[in-house]
Amino acid sequence: MSSLPHLARDLSAIVGDRHVRAARAERLTYSMDGLPTHRRVPDLVVLPGSREELIAVVRLLAALDVPFVPRGAGTGLSGGALADVGSVLLVLTRLNRILRIDRDNGLAVVEPGVVNAKLGAAAKPHGLQYAPDPSSQSACTIGGNVAENAGGPHCLKYGVTANHILALEVLLADGSLVEIGSPAGESWGPDLVGVFVGSEGNFGIATRITVRLTPIPRAVRTLLADFSALRTAGEAVSAIIAAGIVPAALEMMDQSCIRAVEDSVYAAGYPRDAAAVLLVEIDGRNADAVLAETDLVTELLRKSGARSVRSAASEAERERLWQGRKKAFGAMGRLSRDLVVQDAVVPRSAIPQVLETIATIAQRYGLVVSNVFHAGDGNLHPNISFDATDPALKQRVEAASAEIMETCIAAGGTITGEHGVGIDKLRYMPLIFDAESLGAMHAVRKVFDPEERVNPGKVVPVHACREWASRAVA
Amino acid sequence: MTILEKVTALLGEGAVLEAGTDRVPRIAPGSPDAIALLLGTAHQEGWRVRIEGAGTWLQSDAPADLALTTRRLDRIPAIEPSDLTATAEAGIGLDQLRQQLADRGAWLAIDPPGLAGRTLGSVVSTATAGPLRHGFGPIKDHLLGVTFVTGDGRMVQSGGRVMKNVAGYDLTRLQAGGFGAFGVIVLVHLRLRTLPRADVTYVLEGAREDLTQVGEDIAAAGLTPAALELVSPALARRERWVLAVRLAGSPALVAADEAGLGAASGGGRFAPLRAEEAHAFWMRLAEGFAVRPVTFRIGGVPTASDELLDLLQHQLGDEWISASPAAGAIRWTGDASVDRLQRLRRTLAGLEVPLTLERAPWALRGAVGHFGAYREGVGPLVAGLRRTFDPGGALVVATEGT
Repeated sequence: MSSLPHLARDLSAIVGDRHVRAARAERLTYSMDGLPTHRRVPDLVVLPGSREELIAVVRLLAALDVPFVPRGAGTGLSGGALADVGSVLLVLTRLNRILRIDRDNGLAVVEPGVVNAKLGAAAKPHGLQYAPDPSSQSACTIGGNVAENAGGPHCLKYGVTANHILALEVLLADGSLVEIGSPAGESWGPDLVGVFVGSEGNFGIATRITVRLTPIPRAVRTLLADFSALRTAGEAVSAIIAAGIVPAALEMMDQSCIRAVEDSVYAAGYPRDAAAVLLVEIDGRNADAVLAETDLVTELLRKSGARSVRSAASEAERERLWQGRKKAFGAMGRLSRDLVVQDAVVPRSAIPQVLETIATIAQRYGLVVSNVFHAGDGNLHPNISFDATDPALKQRVEAASAEIMETCIAAGGTITGEHGVGIDKLRYMPLIFDAESLGAMHAVRKVFDPEERVNPGKVVPVHACREWASRAVA
Repeated sequence: MTILEKVTALLGEGAVLEAGTDRVPRIAPGSPDAIALLLGTAHQEGWRVRIEGAGTWLQSDAPADLALTTRRLDRIPAIEPSDLTATAEAGIGLDQLRQQLADRGAWLAIDPPGLAGRTLGSVVSTATAGPLRHGFGPIKDHLLGVTFVTGDGRMVQSGGRVMKNVAGYDLTRLQAGGFGAFGVIVLVHLRLRTLPRADVTYVLEGAREDLTQVGEDIAAAGLTPAALELVSPALARRERWVLAVRLAGSPALVAADEAGLGAASGGGRFAPLRAEEAHAFWMRLAEGFAVRPVTFRIGGVPTASDELLDLLQHQLGDEWISASPAAGAIRWTGDASVDRLQRLRRTLAGLEVPLTLERAPWALRGAVGHFGAYREGVGPLVAGLRRTFDPGGALVVATEGT
């Protein structure tokens, strides 16, 4: 990197002194994301206040050949928004304007730093919602959601972020701008929006994001079912899906998680003695249909062995049930100093068996593992409570995490459903992709960013890639 | 040795099919590995290869040294009804796939234009969604992953077999609608739904503008059709325009929507179709787009739908047209010249509406391209991706046109 003081001065000239953080104490704030197992202190932190400032910053960094890492609210769970020494961290939270809401066409245009929940709140008076709802939605940004292809409980019915992004203005590493996608979702040429979403910041920065908004369902029913065994709860999930019903959400929590929630300020009235609870939400635009499907789901839950099925009687009760689920990660923070929120996906039918294996792994390593997850998608979140200041314990957590990943892969699953690879899961990528496929991904990254200056060292383990240089033609 | 002799030595006589009228050798490899071997050789030898499925959609007329058809890749390695996933080879006909899924109580909720035997690979690589796009999204939303072979014979996997997956970059979406420019799809992992317990179709005939209003009223009334399609008289084989509403899902949901349909139709009387009539209606609609020489789709926001239909009528004529206004999709088929298509594409570009040429004779698509000119800055990215996945330019695809 060019001389840091010089770079800081040049960046200050663009964004103002207040928005360049050079002091170590300030930079430490940005040394982690939501995952406590990785820590990297950036050399410089810059917070541009407008699209124009952002463009100027990226063009300056391009001219100086300086790598950079885009970052939203820093709520990611894979170390994806951490900047190494030699990189500048670009924090985009000041680009937080909702530029347009088009009710008639069900879309909004936003800057990348808009907070997910704030977009939802702005859409609501128009009778619309932004459906992807990660648990961190009160803090996480749409730009970060695009980078990670974020999910959330209601993605079972409404789809993940990739299903809600219509068009993007993208700032490439060299400072050039491209527009991809269109307001109706049809692409101009190949689907570059589809390729960009989930690229974890490796292809550039989305400076303007056109999102799809969907009508707010007119009727909603929320059920809480409790079970005396994880296996029967898993079987209930399969029974609901097999009946052809697609609930808006179908979430599961195990006993460890239930107790953590009930011991916290987020207590939702979950039965403490249950081995598992299922939170099932049925929604739609027709109250009669929602009621009929709710009755069917209730019957299926009971037949599958639910000890009780409770229906939220009021909006307040519904919100309370959901608060317990959405704040479960916070509640689990009470169990110990640190929490690793893992993320993997398995075929739905494999959930009961995989959960039993995870419990065995936890027991073997002497760890507390709590499960709260998107059961309808098979998207597991085994959460390991530990103290990161204990190196031996941290090592056990790493080893157990690796075994959990291997278990999910062996069941036909994958290593991440919504948190991304970042740096945390680089080591697992060769377990699911061969060297040729990893090489292809690396080559695609180089099309967007030939010098690999945006968010370097993430997603693709370069050492495991087969060389993808052009094959010689005889 | 001739190309045919070399290919025969490489893959055996069983892979060689009878050539088409242009006498270009037609090769049908029997496995993904055989396709990789063939394309690796083509790359080394400098052969130009055109890709075919069953040969029922895109015309097999591109100038090439050989034609590679995926039709022998017709296996279905896995159907998992409890997980609602399936894995199928790219050359399987959609009719066969549908039947096998239905036998297991599962449903792939797509209804692309074309004949029933059109291959899965053709549908994915051209991203040709049909009326069910209204309720279930574009083709890419039904894909969990793909395996493809690049123009120089490398086998690449993308995505996986589970419902959510963000491991690595999403090359599956690059392949969906890439028209084969980035490789030949050989295997597809699919997201399924439970076969709907209730599936009914209603039609209403009338003036286009009246039906457009009814469509808007249906959306405003909170109904959730699987398809809501506005079809021109010629395509529907009716006297007037037709608004077709397909309701599919649980009996409760369908019954509720049926009850709301009358109220939303502004006094219009939707006529229910018997099951066999409904099947024939949707099949005829799909097949209609494979009959005439040129088919394209445009994507405009719902409020632009009327204006876009007027524009098509003015510039090309509206005899064969089908639109999902709420999904922002319009498909046109007929006969059109290079000049007319280019003029229309320019006009649409001014309205921020992309036109994707889905099928046309080579003389036309070679000139106009599936995509035409890209927006500023996009061309170098697409060119870079093409160089990455087909470094020798073995795959003959008219992406941009001349």
